Amino acid sequence: MIEFEDVGHSYGERVVLTGVDLRLAERRVAFVGANGSGKSTLARMINGLVAPTSGRVLVDGLDPSRQGREVRRRVGFVFTNPDSQIVMPTAGEDVAFSLRRAGLPRRERAERAAALLAEYGLGGYADHPAHQLSGGQKQVLALCAVLALDPAVLVCDEPTTLLDLRNKRRFVELLGGLEQQVVLVTHDLDLLGGFDRVVVIDGGRVVADDEPEPALRHYRALVT
Amino acid sequence: MTPGGWYEPGSSPLHRAPAGGKFAALLVLAAAVFALRSPAWLGAICAAVVLAYGVARVPLRRCAGVARSLAVLAAFVFVLQWWLLGAGQALVVCLRVVAALAAANLFTITTRIDDVVSAVEGGLAPLRRFGVRPDRIGLLVGLTLRAVAALSAIAAEVREAARARGAQRSVTAFAVPFLVRTLRHADELGEALAARGEGDG
Ligand SMILES: Nc1ncnc2c1ncn2[C@@H]1O[C@H](COP(=O)(O)OP(=O)(O)OP(=O)(O)O)[C@@H](O)[C@H]1O
Ligand SMILES: [Mg+2]
Repeated sequence: MIEFEDVGHSYGERVVLTGVDLRLAERRVAFVGANGSGKSTLARMINGLVAPTSGRVLVDGLDPSRQGREVRRRVGFVFTNPDSQIVMPTAGEDVAFSLRRAGLPRRERAERAAALLAEYGLGGYADHPAHQLSGGQKQVLALCAVLALDPAVLVCDEPTTLLDLRNKRRFVELLGGLEQQVVLVTHDLDLLGGFDRVVVIDGGRVVADDEPEPALRHYRALVT
Repeated sequence: MTPGGWYEPGSSPLHRAPAGGKFAALLVLAAAVFALRSPAWLGAICAAVVLAYGVARVPLRRCAGVARSLAVLAAFVFVLQWWLLGAGQALVVCLRVVAALAAANLFTITTRIDDVVSAVEGGLAPLRRFGVRPDRIGLLVGLTLRAVAALSAIAAEVREAARARGAQRSVTAFAVPFLVRTLRHADELGEALAARGEGDG
């Protein structure tokens, strides 16, 4: 359960979020809204990358800005650009890097990493230089590296923005099959078919919060 | 040095040798190369390194890549040293550079970074009681090696973009986007590491 209680945020003088009250228990939640509306800022609060300047955020009752370590163990985060998420030279090593913290012996780490890559369609790429993968494969690799830590919640900030249509679909299908609770920030509205709840943000406020169809209707009306 | 100068999967004896041992051997070789002055000896070491590439069964494509960048560098060093110190000295310096860099490249081609990191951690473990965090230093080594690849990729892209705009000679057309992108990369990398729980101890 992710809770925002009267959350506000400002960068210096600039107020970017005000009065956000949300309790997110659904398995598939999306944040949509115009550029600069505050979606990323809100999403980053879930794992403590940004601390609210007023109000508070709770993840399973834990405060990300105080109990960051416990929260980050529960919350995985996928960013837009896979190139800055992949920290090791080969795909297998990058996933193994996540497992390093689980204190597994080296051989077991490599085996687990290879198994995880295979499960998500990157079988045989364990020894492949990560920077030579396609954009779509890189993003799947970034996802694998996060899932290796076995989080309960997955926050994805525009994970499909750099992907072509086929890879967008494939990535969202992968997300659809996960047991994790997923919070997806996106501009790709046609990918939200299977979602339980869509939160529309505008000018730092929640302006609609509903099932995909009515919420997106509201969002489209806002734009036109 | 070369972008893409990274691990090449394989099963040769050099691939299977422990990373710590290989690293120690590389250090000894580098020290020897800088102590030796005889072109004959240095030439022999270069030949031995070339032979080692054969033992490691490094694909020709990779060998060619290493050879190409070393040739450019060696030519540059040779001309410079010839001008400054004369031909004999220039040859010695060239052979040193070629031997050391070729060996270092062979190390990165045959060794997984994960193994290097583990070896560094293992080697530094005794320092733990003095407050050194071997896992941190291991991560630092891994990220440094990875940063070299990231920076050369950014440099290549920025140079390409500058060329596309016909600004290949302009220093600012390279330096400004290179700096901006490097800083942004550093920011994003830091965030991604924090999100993966690195720094939480
Ligand atoms: N580090 C920062 N310092 C100052 N201002 C920032 C910072 N990060 C974001 N902002 C500002 O906060 C506002 C909200 O940004 P945010 O990134 O949350 O928007 P977003 O909804 O994710 O937009 P997009 O769809 O473009 O990703 C913007 O006006 C942005 O300029
Ligand atoms: Mg954003």
